[in-house]
Order: sequence, then structure tokens, then C-alpha cells
Amino acid sequence: ILHSLVQTGICVITLAESHPVLQSGKTIKSISYQISTNCSRLQNKVSGKFKRGAQFLTELAPLCKIYCSDGEEYTVSSCVRGRLMEVNENILHKPSILQEKPSTEGYIAVVLPKFEESKSITEGLLTQK
Amino acid sequence: MFPLTEENKHVAQLLLNTGTCPRCIFRFCGVDFHAPYKLPYKELLNELQKFLETEKDELILEVMNPPPKKIRLQELEDSIDNLSQNGEGRISVSHVGSTASKNSNLNVCNVCLGILQEFCEKDFIKKVCQKVEASGFEFTSLVFSVSFPPQLSVREHAAWLLVKQEMGELIFMLFRKQSLSLGRDDIVQLKEAYKWITHPLFSEELGVPIDGKSLFEVSVVFAHPETVEDCHFLAAICPDCFKPAKNKQSVFTRMAVMKALNKIKEEDFLKQFPCPPNSPKAVCAVLEIECAHGAVFVAGRYNKYSRNLPQTPWIIDGERKLESSVEELISDHLLAVFKAESFNFSSSGREDVDVRTLGNGRPFAIELVNPHRVHFTSQEIKELQQKINNSSNKIQVRDLQLVTREAIGHMKEGEEEKTKTYSALIWTNKAIQKKDIEFLNDIKDLKIDQKTPLRVLHRRPLAVRARVIHFMETQYVDEHHFRLHLKTQAGTYIKEFVHGDFGRTKPNIGSLMNVTADILELDVESVDVDWPPALDD
Repeated sequence: ILHSLVQTGICVITLAESHPVLQSGKTIKSISYQISTNCSRLQNKVSGKFKRGAQFLTELAPLCKIYCSDGEEYTVSSCVRGRLMEVNENILHKPSILQEKPSTEGYIAVVLPKFEESKSITEGLLTQK
Repeated sequence: MFPLTEENKHVAQLLLNTGTCPRCIFRFCGVDFHAPYKLPYKELLNELQKFLETEKDELILEVMNPPPKKIRLQELEDSIDNLSQNGEGRISVSHVGSTASKNSNLNVCNVCLGILQEFCEKDFIKKVCQKVEASGFEFTSLVFSVSFPPQLSVREHAAWLLVKQEMGELIFMLFRKQSLSLGRDDIVQLKEAYKWITHPLFSEELGVPIDGKSLFEVSVVFAHPETVEDCHFLAAICPDCFKPAKNKQSVFTRMAVMKALNKIKEEDFLKQFPCPPNSPKAVCAVLEIECAHGAVFVAGRYNKYSRNLPQTPWIIDGERKLESSVEELISDHLLAVFKAESFNFSSSGREDVDVRTLGNGRPFAIELVNPHRVHFTSQEIKELQQKINNSSNKIQVRDLQLVTREAIGHMKEGEEEKTKTYSALIWTNKAIQKKDIEFLNDIKDLKIDQKTPLRVLHRRPLAVRARVIHFMETQYVDEHHFRLHLKTQAGTYIKEFVHGDFGRTKPNIGSLMNVTADILELDVESVDVDWPPALDD
């Protein structure tokens, strides 16, 4: 997982180049934001300047599940503590964008960390299944 | 000529005996022309005493105190009949055993607490005017506002009840029938009488007229700590009149007290408050004498030539991140010349730190708060504009002028409704030829959807904005660069339209051209608002 931190503290969660899903030969069958029976990241709704209603994320909180045609399943976790602003619905409709433009249009989610002063960029761990 | 007549004698005597000053007595007798109030206090006191001592040849009814009402009425009616037969229309009633007019302990008036005694006379007004002159304001008129302690209303109410009671309800009604005044509405308000006396004194001392619409305000606040608790009993009887509000120190405001006095029953009032009101030991105290001038507004248009200048000061955690700002470069000079306390800068939209504003510039307006100097000729304003322009090459100002508060609305209208044109220098990852950008020239009124850009998401709500790109014009530079001129709807994020903001602005230049594009430079070419009016330089 790669995080890009904009100066303002906003985090865009994207897949690191080394992620298995981005290796050649892999085809993504589908992506789901339903991470448990009760929780769908698609239901995340923030309102107002202070983004009330955002789902709170810890480092290990799952963002989405990627299902590949070869049967492999990958869970992408937040790796950043903060509040979920939005998940990328474009990759739901067109999963190939995730592979074609992983660090721009194919982003996974946008998170607003608690401490906006943080200037560190961390390399997260990959999780499988 | 002394304004009181025989009808008033009884009331006047009663009030004087109980410690009320001459001017308040006039008020309770319905004297509604200014001249008598303006006479000096000592003179009024003398005249009043002389008036009360004179006896005239008239029918005097002696009434027992308190007599059975029926008899009273009968006697009165008889005498009224007699009088009208005799062609006279005057009745005077006096109590048996009325005390000779006391020279009284008329130190502090029990109704106005000194307001209509020393605080409306020349010496006090002079003192106030000295403070006004010392404050250094420039003004050609003034509005005088004065605030009295709320307990004055309570005392006024008590005095009125006293008069009403002593006169007797029926006699009271008879008097009214005979239109011999003394209804509640005939009593002259304290504040009104105070202003009758003081306004001409202010005008004379300061040499300017009193004008209710003036922006320059002189305000005097009186307090009377000794009697602060006079109002408290009202809270027990009418609790719903006294709701604590955030900004008020005391729950006993003038409005609340007036409301309660209108509600309270006479019997209840008389149980709790002395009637007549007691004589206080001291006069009112002057809590404050303040001067303030209403805000004035200066408008103009600014150009920004620096790519390193924020519009407002950029300060994080008390540390300034970038030197100066558009706002300060313009306002600091105005603040000094107008000798204002502070300013509020607003403009018809704004641009980023790294964006220039060219063309006619962007409209702005500055509110100067509490200015001490307000009169400027158009020549002086032109010189001020020149001074600002000479002091910095980062910004330039034009059409600088004084405007009214209403005019600000035009500018804000512009922010939301008017179009803007821009010029952008764009980089593409793929090599491009002239023909690759030509199609953009043909696109008219392109609709785009922009999610709140990531770079502002921390301080703006997350939303999707539909915007229109009215037209575009391209200029080929080289294989990886071209210039784009575009005219857009107000509120369009141009940078995001170019690079796409992670695909959150759709469509964008990158998606239209099927390349990865980024913006290297942005200039505002015009802000299409026709305000403020252009001036010939």
C-alpha cells in the first residue's frame, strides 16, 4: 500500500507497485467494498466541513476486497489511522483502472488522518486473503 | 412663562413633597414643549415654589383623605355643574392638611435620580464634549445615544401610580372627561425630555448638527449602583419576562423591566415597591462615555503579479509561512490613512498563492472599522491608490473609491454568478502535435463534475459540483506543452480540470486528450464583474 500525503494531511490510499494484483498476468474479476456483513465502505457518508459521519479506520481496517480470476483474494487495509472520506467507485465499475493507473485514477480510498500535521510517508504491509 | 397651570398644582405639590425634581414634575404634568426644560435648574426650582405658593380665587374642594367615594363624586359633580354655569372650567382639588410646600430634601430626584437635574445641564455636556474632542474623530454630525439604568422605569411607574392613586380613580376619570390631561400617555418620556435639553447643547458645543442617521455615535451610559436591586422583585412576580440571554450581563434589561411593568398588577407592585419612590442618597454614575464611527467601505480592483503571494496571511501554529499577503499590502495603507481600528477584506472570489491575476483585476472591498478619519476628496483617494501602487510590485490597485455597504452585495454576487477567464500552461506526458489539441477549440459549454479537490478537502465539505467550461482556445508550444485559454463558470477549479485530481474531476483535459496532463502555470485573465465602477485615471 502506498500512501500519498498531501501537504494538508489528506491521505490517498493506493496500491504499491509491488502488490501482486499489479503484476502482469493478473486479471481482476471484481472488487467489493463490503468488508463484513454489517459494514460496507460504500455506505460511508460524510457531511459538512467537519466530515461528520465518517467511518473510523485503524491501520488494520479493511478497505476493500479484490477478487482475481485465478481465485486469489486480496484484502486492502487502510494502514493509516483516520476517518474515511471516500472510496473510489470508479474501480468498482471498471476494475482495470486499478491496474492501469494504480497511483492516480485507480486509487482505493481517501482518508483524513487524525493528526493532520503528520508529514511521514509510510510503506504499509501487504495482506493476502 | 411658567408652563404649569392651576390644574397641575395638586400633582406638582404632591410630587415636589415626595422628592421629585421640577423637570420630572413638568413631565408628569404633560408639558410637551421644549423651552421650559431648558431653563436652569435653580431657576426652575424657584419658579416652581413661587407657583405653588400662590393662591387664586377659585373654588377649592376640600376632600377628606380618603373620603367615601360616593360623596366625593356627588360633591364634584355638583361643583362641576356650578362651574359650568358660571362659565369657568377649572377645578382644583387639594387635600385637607396639605403640607406647605417643602423646600424639600430635593437633593436627588426620586424619579430621575439626577438625570434631569445635573446630567442635562451645560457643565456635564461640556465634560462629555471634551472627551469627544479628545478622541480624535473627524465628524460632521453626530447621533447621541444615552442609556439609563432600568430601575428608572420602576420609579417612573411608582410615581405615576402615586399620582393616579392620590387623585383618586374617579376624579382621574372625570379629569379625563374634561380633557384635563394626566393619562399615562400624556406623561413625557424621560429620554425624550433629556434629548430636548441636551441636543442643542451638544450642537452648540461641538458645532455640528444632531442627525439620527449619522455614522458618528456618542454614547453615554448611566448606572445607579445604589438602587440596582429595585428591579429584582419583578423577577419573582413575572419570571417569564426575565430569561437570561448569552450576551447580557444582567437579566434586568430595560426591555424586560418594561415588559414586566406592563404585566404586573397594581396591587402587587404596590406591595413590593415604595410609593412614592424613596429618595436616593446619590445621583447616577456615568458608567461610560464612548465615541465610535460606523464603518466606511473602500472598493477597487487588484492585479497580482507574484506567484508567491497568498491572498490572506498564511500563518500556521503562529508561524508565518509566506511573507505578506494581497490583503495586507492593500489594507495596511488604508488602515493608517483612515485611522481605523481594524479591517475586513473581501473580494469577488480569490486565486491561489501561485496564480497571477492579470487584465482588469479582481474586485475587492475593504471595510474599515471605527475609522477616525472619513472625509477624503477623490484626489486624495487617487493619491492613496498611487501610494499603494508605489509600495509594491507584487500587487497593483485600480478604481480605488469609497462605496456604501450596499455595494458589497454586487461584489459577492459576482463571486457566484459571473464568469472568469484563465490562461494555463499545460504539460502532457505523451508527445503531442498541433492537431491533437485543435478539437478543444470546438468544445462549447462543456459540463464537468468536480468532487471537492483533495487539496482543499480538509476545509471544505465533500461534495460534487457541476460546472461549465464555456469555451477553450489552445496555443501549441511544443511536443509536451501547450497554452489553454478558457472561460468558465464561477467556482470552477481550473487546476483540477487540467490534471483530473485522481479522476475526481470528470471530464478533464487528461481524459479528453487521453494523456496524463498537469498544469505548470495559471493566470486569471479576467473576472467578469462590472463592479466597482471604472474610474478615469
